[in-house]
Amino acid sequence: MIFKQWWLDIRARLAAVFRRREIYERADEELQFHLAMMEQRLIESGMSANDARVLARRQLGNTTRIKEQTLGAWRYTFMDTLIRDLGYAVRMLRKNVSFSITAVLTLALGVGATTAIFSVVYSVLIKPLPYPNPDELVRIRHSDINGERASSETMYLTYRDENRTLASIGLWHETSATLTDGGKPELVRALRVTDGTLQALGVQPIRGRWFTNEEYGPASEGAEPVILSNAFWQRRFGGDETALGRAVSMEVPRGARARPLAGQWRVVGIMPPDFRFLDRTPQPDVIVAMRLDPAEERINSFSYDALARLAPGVTAAEARADLERILPIWLDAWPIAPGGSTKEAIANWRITPIVHPLKDDLVGGVASTLWVLMSAIGAVLLVACANIANLMLVRADARRQEFAVRAALGAAPARIARELLVESLVLGLAGSMLGLGLAYVGVHTLVAIGPSNLPRLEEIAVHPPVLAFTVAASLVSTLLFGSITALKHALHIDMPQIGSPRSSTASRERNATRSALVVVQVSLALALIVGAALMIRTFQALRNVDPGFSVPARIQTAGISIPFTLVSDTDQVARVAKMASLQREILDTIAAVPGVASVGFANDLPMGSGSWNGPVLVEGKTIAATETPPSRRWNFILPGYFDAMGTRMIAGRDINWSDIEAGGRVAVISEDFARELATEPAAALGRRIRLSFDQPGWDEVVGVVQRVHQDGLFEAVPSMVYWPLRTSNRLFGRLDGAFVIRSERAGTASLMNEVRQAVRSVNGTIPMTLEGTMKDLYASSLARTSFTLVMLAIAGVMALVLGVIGIYGVLAYVVSQRTREIGIRLALGEGPERLQRRFLLHGLALSGVGAVVGLIGAMAFGRSLSSMLFGVGSLDPIAYIAAFGITISAAALASYLPARRAATIDPLETLKGE
Amino acid sequence: MGRPQKPAKDGVGTLDLLILSRLAKGSIHGYGIADFINGVSDALHVDEGSLYPALHRLESQGLVQSEWGASENNRRARFYKLTPRGRRQITAEISNWRSIVDAVNRAIEPLKS
Repeated sequence: MIFKQWWLDIRARLAAVFRRREIYERADEELQFHLAMMEQRLIESGMSANDARVLARRQLGNTTRIKEQTLGAWRYTFMDTLIRDLGYAVRMLRKNVSFSITAVLTLALGVGATTAIFSVVYSVLIKPLPYPNPDELVRIRHSDINGERASSETMYLTYRDENRTLASIGLWHETSATLTDGGKPELVRALRVTDGTLQALGVQPIRGRWFTNEEYGPASEGAEPVILSNAFWQRRFGGDETALGRAVSMEVPRGARARPLAGQWRVVGIMPPDFRFLDRTPQPDVIVAMRLDPAEERINSFSYDALARLAPGVTAAEARADLERILPIWLDAWPIAPGGSTKEAIANWRITPIVHPLKDDLVGGVASTLWVLMSAIGAVLLVACANIANLMLVRADARRQEFAVRAALGAAPARIARELLVESLVLGLAGSMLGLGLAYVGVHTLVAIGPSNLPRLEEIAVHPPVLAFTVAASLVSTLLFGSITALKHALHIDMPQIGSPRSSTASRERNATRSALVVVQVSLALALIVGAALMIRTFQALRNVDPGFSVPARIQTAGISIPFTLVSDTDQVARVAKMASLQREILDTIAAVPGVASVGFANDLPMGSGSWNGPVLVEGKTIAATETPPSRRWNFILPGYFDAMGTRMIAGRDINWSDIEAGGRVAVISEDFARELATEPAAALGRRIRLSFDQPGWDEVVGVVQRVHQDGLFEAVPSMVYWPLRTSNRLFGRLDGAFVIRSERAGTASLMNEVRQAVRSVNGTIPMTLEGTMKDLYASSLARTSFTLVMLAIAGVMALVLGVIGIYGVLAYVVSQRTREIGIRLALGEGPERLQRRFLLHGLALSGVGAVVGLIGAMAFGRSLSSMLFGVGSLDPIAYIAAFGITISAAALASYLPARRAATIDPLETLKGE
Repeated sequence: MGRPQKPAKDGVGTLDLLILSRLAKGSIHGYGIADFINGVSDALHVDEGSLYPALHRLESQGLVQSEWGASENNRRARFYKLTPRGRRQITAEISNWRSIVDAVNRAIEPLKS
């Protein structure tokens, strides 16, 4: 019966919008009937049929206008009731300001936080890459018995010619190039690509063109082509249209075994503004072609990244099998480099290709982090909804008397139900809109504080699908909980008699629902706080790790790239001497700057971008022709590096300038390498090593240093060899690298200016970038951990705050419900402290149950975090105890206020009020 | 075209009362209601331009409901009847009417000789 009424109500309301034609036709038919009756009456009174019809029509008047007015009547009712309901809802909400504000804020927090985090998850994980048909893009790597292996030029050439499954394939490599145009030298990020890389990505330049086949082939005369990124074009050329075709003076390094390419480069293309090359930070400024001459290439270089586009309909697995088939062809086709591993040895490595979808590769590492955060925030949203449900139930109860009175006066239950629904809607709308604002702010903040190595960071924004989803979810949840109360009233459940003493059984049942909701809230909050605690412990453990350098805040780093033209000399000996003296001069000049304690130089800094590696032979250890010595990490340094970094020398000494002048046939190795060679690090001194494909002659180990976290605090410590920066006809050590300057003034602008001037005084054509201190690099290696930590802490705190509100709400209501009973008890002499304690215990019991229930969830959540933990297990007792403590104390605080209110109830007032 | 307009009420707002009180006697089509009102006295007249919008409005407000039926001479006509809410509304309308009458009487009191 009640539903029929509802149904008619809804139909009536929607009629104006959806049934326009039906109403029109019905009105028309009614008027036709009316007309016929009028005609009949006139005929019965003696008029002719024709006259009757004419007269009747005239009497009826303008039927079109009448039909319009009936339609208007329906529209009026629709609008009228809607406005009236809204007005009533707004008025009711204004009367109970605290309830309304709490509900709106709760919802806003839930919506805002969920939207912000989900935006990050969506942008990073779900949204497709900004290339045409991005699912066809794959990354190609290799693995063998020694571990991972990058791709080589020869592999690329063979894959390209022999494959049956790829639409295009190409190599790429990033480096710093020096732009020497117009006097002031500038370091820019350069991307070197082979034929196929740009085609695979499929993004055309907005001006100009890609490189031609000839430009990818053997070197030729004339200016080399270069493609600019849009940002660089704006920055350096001001977006000038005539930049196309212009020549710039540039020097581009080409790896450790070739000379940098210096000279004039001609701009042949400009990329569109939204072009992104994978997730590199910073994005490349210029793109140049990697020239390959098949006649010159040799096996034994494995230094490049490869990407490819699958042919339509081909899967990654099929491509992998295809490449595997090609590998023996590759091994057969190319000559080995002099001094390199033999083909037999390479075959024994058992190289296999790995083909992964590019997207997985870019975001894979973060996926687990983001899903964890997503579930955390989902939990907070749940808590928020539970809170709102609680609030609504409480308020509906408080208005029971009001509803009972209105029902007695004749208000239809449907009407009340409808009002409750509209109230929920208004609340939901207000909360959602506020949440949207919070979401925008939240996303901006997240992008600002987020780790810069979060992939696709620049693509993060509040996306419409995310927004729509969250708003819908919050509206649905609000309506759901709002309609629970609405339905209860409509179905005449729980309608008390007016004026009767409040029934205790009914209130106990309502309390059960509310208590259950509080238990849910507390358990979710506990799980999140456990997660946050585990991350805090991880953070502490990471901070305690000795990174291999000391006081990073006092180490200023300065990136530099020495133009090859300054040291180019066909005579190798002269080249070494020239380079050594130039480097020494720069070092000495910087050391002379006031406040500088020590200076050093290295090609690769710890926690910066990666470093070179390769097999290292040890004198006295024989390797069979089919084997390869283990791969070590190399770094090229100048004297003073370890001192400036604060890396401890465990045995022996640093490289010095006389070593370099004598040819530089020395090396320093890391502690773990030394322990492989001899039981005591000191005993490793004097041993001799060399790169397996360097020129004949050994390098003597003169020093052993402590282990350095070259790849970041989380990664394993690699075993390292430090060689002096030198030139040989095979191995350079690159001319780019970084100075490390130990100074109290590290990080200040004044120090940076003075260092810049010092370098310029030696030679004005050497570009420098002064990024920051080692502390920045150190912090960025911690970035992902600290980001996760901050997010979890925020989520945990929010959940806890919501939980506190929930507990407070429940207890406050219980107190207000039982005011009369409390007043009686107090009047009969029960001690107020005992009363207070009883309510406090009630609150604590509730949260205790929630915490125990939450323990299981917490353990599961901790498990999901385990890949991000360091130095602590997922069941770390300290974290759990701390989380427990925090939750219970928060619960105690929340219970305290209502308990105190109970104790201070004036028994006279309550008894008088009855 | 079809703006949500509050349909004009008849005179002092009695049309609703008249319609509802006729329907209290039983369900009937629109023409029958017009007949009834016009037949009560010469002083009362309703024109179709007001009647049908009023009937539709009452239906949209849930005070009456309607369905197709056969008239006395077997024509298809829309029959209206009171809903429970409409029945309750009559009381409200009557008291409203009474207060209008009292107000007018009081206003003309000094003119009665």
